[in-house]
Amino acid sequence: MSQPAPKTPWWNDRANRAILYQVAVVGLVVLAGWYLISNTLANLAARNIATGFGFLVREAGFAIGESPIAFDPADSYAKAILVGLLNTIVVAVLGVILSTLIGTIVGVARLSGNWLVSRLATVYVETMRNIPVLLQLLFWYALITEGLPEPGDAFKPIEGVFLSNRGLKFPTPDWSGLEWLVLAALALGVILAFLLSRWARLRQAATGQTFPSIRIGLALTLALPLLCWLLIGAPTAFDRPQLDGFDFSGGHSVSPEFVALLTGLTLYTASFIAEIVRSGILAVAPGQTEAALALGLKRGQVLRLVVMPQALRVIIPPLTSQYLNLTKNSSLAVAIGYPDLVSVSNTTINQTGQAIEGVAILMAVYLIVSLAISAFMNWYDKKTALVGR
Amino acid sequence: MSDQSSHNPKTASEIASHVEEPSQAELHTHRRNAFAGLGWARDNLFSNIPNTILTVLSVALLVWAAPPLLDWMLLKATFLNEDPAACREAGGACWSFVTVKHRFILFGLYPYDEHWRPLLAMALFIAALAISCDSRFWNMRIVYVWGLVLPVCGILMWGGWLGLTFVPNDKWGGLPLTLILATLGIVLAFPLAVLLALGRRSDMPAIRAICVGYIETVRGVPLVSVLFMASIMFPLFLPEGLTIDKLLRAQLGIMLFTAAYLAEAVRGGLQALPKGQYEAADALGLGYWQKTRLIILPQALRLVIPPIVNQFISCFKDTSLVIIIGLYDLLTTAKTALADPSWRAFYVESYVFAAFIYFLFCYFMSRYSQYLERRLNAGLRR
Repeated sequence: MSQPAPKTPWWNDRANRAILYQVAVVGLVVLAGWYLISNTLANLAARNIATGFGFLVREAGFAIGESPIAFDPADSYAKAILVGLLNTIVVAVLGVILSTLIGTIVGVARLSGNWLVSRLATVYVETMRNIPVLLQLLFWYALITEGLPEPGDAFKPIEGVFLSNRGLKFPTPDWSGLEWLVLAALALGVILAFLLSRWARLRQAATGQTFPSIRIGLALTLALPLLCWLLIGAPTAFDRPQLDGFDFSGGHSVSPEFVALLTGLTLYTASFIAEIVRSGILAVAPGQTEAALALGLKRGQVLRLVVMPQALRVIIPPLTSQYLNLTKNSSLAVAIGYPDLVSVSNTTINQTGQAIEGVAILMAVYLIVSLAISAFMNWYDKKTALVGR
Repeated sequence: MSDQSSHNPKTASEIASHVEEPSQAELHTHRRNAFAGLGWARDNLFSNIPNTILTVLSVALLVWAAPPLLDWMLLKATFLNEDPAACREAGGACWSFVTVKHRFILFGLYPYDEHWRPLLAMALFIAALAISCDSRFWNMRIVYVWGLVLPVCGILMWGGWLGLTFVPNDKWGGLPLTLILATLGIVLAFPLAVLLALGRRSDMPAIRAICVGYIETVRGVPLVSVLFMASIMFPLFLPEGLTIDKLLRAQLGIMLFTAAYLAEAVRGGLQALPKGQYEAADALGLGYWQKTRLIILPQALRLVIPPIVNQFISCFKDTSLVIIIGLYDLLTTAKTALADPSWRAFYVESYVFAAFIYFLFCYFMSRYSQYLERRLNAGLRR
């Protein structure tokens, strides 16, 4: 830079070269893209396939086995895809919750001083994570559909619950349409408990006074639904599944596909989460625990106030990618016939021939879901991150 | 004793205590040996009440699960009797299913009399993988090894030369196909991954944007959708009259998918290099490519070998997804072997057999990657 300018020709100047390179690369990418798109358009024209998203409003004409919202073959493709997305979300959310629970337990068990427990946990982790998840899904699906008895001889682990090759059936409360009130009360209790703990934390930070927010919060979450249940007259009626010919009627049923998918995804992801939890806890120096104990904190407080916040900082980034993996792996549902997003899109593509649009919607939706999860986890990570100097 | 002797270090008692100490320790070890099992059990299984409860529960679990499992797996199992009825009678695992079907599960639709070819190709592949694990080959030699092994495997698999009959690649299947898809997936993705990682670290905004866009898009979508795209859309991308077969499509899909993940691993290595290395290279007056080729990549790539091995493990497991687009990999053959009506009931045996093969590969590779990490860290710890 300090050299006299005329000595460097313009194409040897660093800034100019950077622009040149970038123009060249972008040009190449655009050219390649244009080539592919023009080929595609020519091919589509040759095969008489119309492009565009117009097919979305047409009648789907196929039924979907299970759906959180009512779906009829007369509904549109757009609604079918929405149902697929909802099914994916249901599996992903339940899978994330269950695999976090199991993974945490197994991860802590691997660190246990109890030799037997830590060995069992190690065997679990090594087996699960070294076998492809798709193989596990097929295995569980085969086990449920071929290994479990017919509805007539279904297993009855608890009265009213049936496990057969048609899936899992369990009773649901039948309180003359007022069940939702109890659920709403539960949700309200959870929200109130959350607000309470927030208030207590802020007050403790400001004044140093403590408040038994956990106990009172727990009481709130339990008492509100209970009160609500008493208010609607303490009903005890249940809609029990009944064996009716070859299958059950009544109660709530969960399909074999859903059970297999959820079991496979949960057990597989839990083995990875276990390793993450283990490394997170190991990352907290033992001096931290000792120092906290020396300050006179109780065991529970040490875990809650000293170890967990530091372990979480190590745990959260890899945990995020496991949640993302679980969500993406739920796409394997297509192999066992659970109507998730991929499965429904696949049917749509086969029926309409709109391959490009179908794959584009599929990818776009997964991208949005992935970005949403990572945005949320980044926000949470920032919240728990060390406030640096 | 030590309190008194501390005043005068040369007292007899001090000397005595020095002599005494080893003998006491010896006594201790004697006692420990005699009660080794008991002491160990007390320390590791019954140190306190919750621990004891956990031990009792675990033992109960083992007592409940292990004998029936052992019964099923070994004692009541059928191994060689090639009659499905005999299996049902015995009531245990029907390993004769594996005895009957293992050729199909391992090699798929490959012509039966030519199975020695994929077997030999597989042996070469595994040998080449084993050689790649040796750090003495982490230079140009590894390129020569694979440059030799891949064509030989190609000749063995395809044939049509040296008196071998031609076998089109839609007849390939089983474990060789899984190995080929996974290994080529990583090998072909590697150059692309290095370019993407360098691009993501580049100062040029347009190049960075393209690389970030590619990496994040691919990492945000499931492999299934990439395979769908590969199987449905690749044929549309090509000009009229040009076709691309199913195996190559899947291979390209796996490669493009793996490249994005591998690029992030390589980027980790690039970021882990001390800044001084970049600055020193600049100070020597090296251009960008000289700097990258001679200074940066040789160091960065060594750092990322464990993550690359991990990526290979997940790529190996992920190849099982090609079942969805109808390729005959190990999982598909294990599933297809069950289509035979007389053996339909033995799905557990079939999946356990396939799972065992996957497990062997993945377990040893993950062990290897852990060993590498320890070794690399030992070097860094100094």
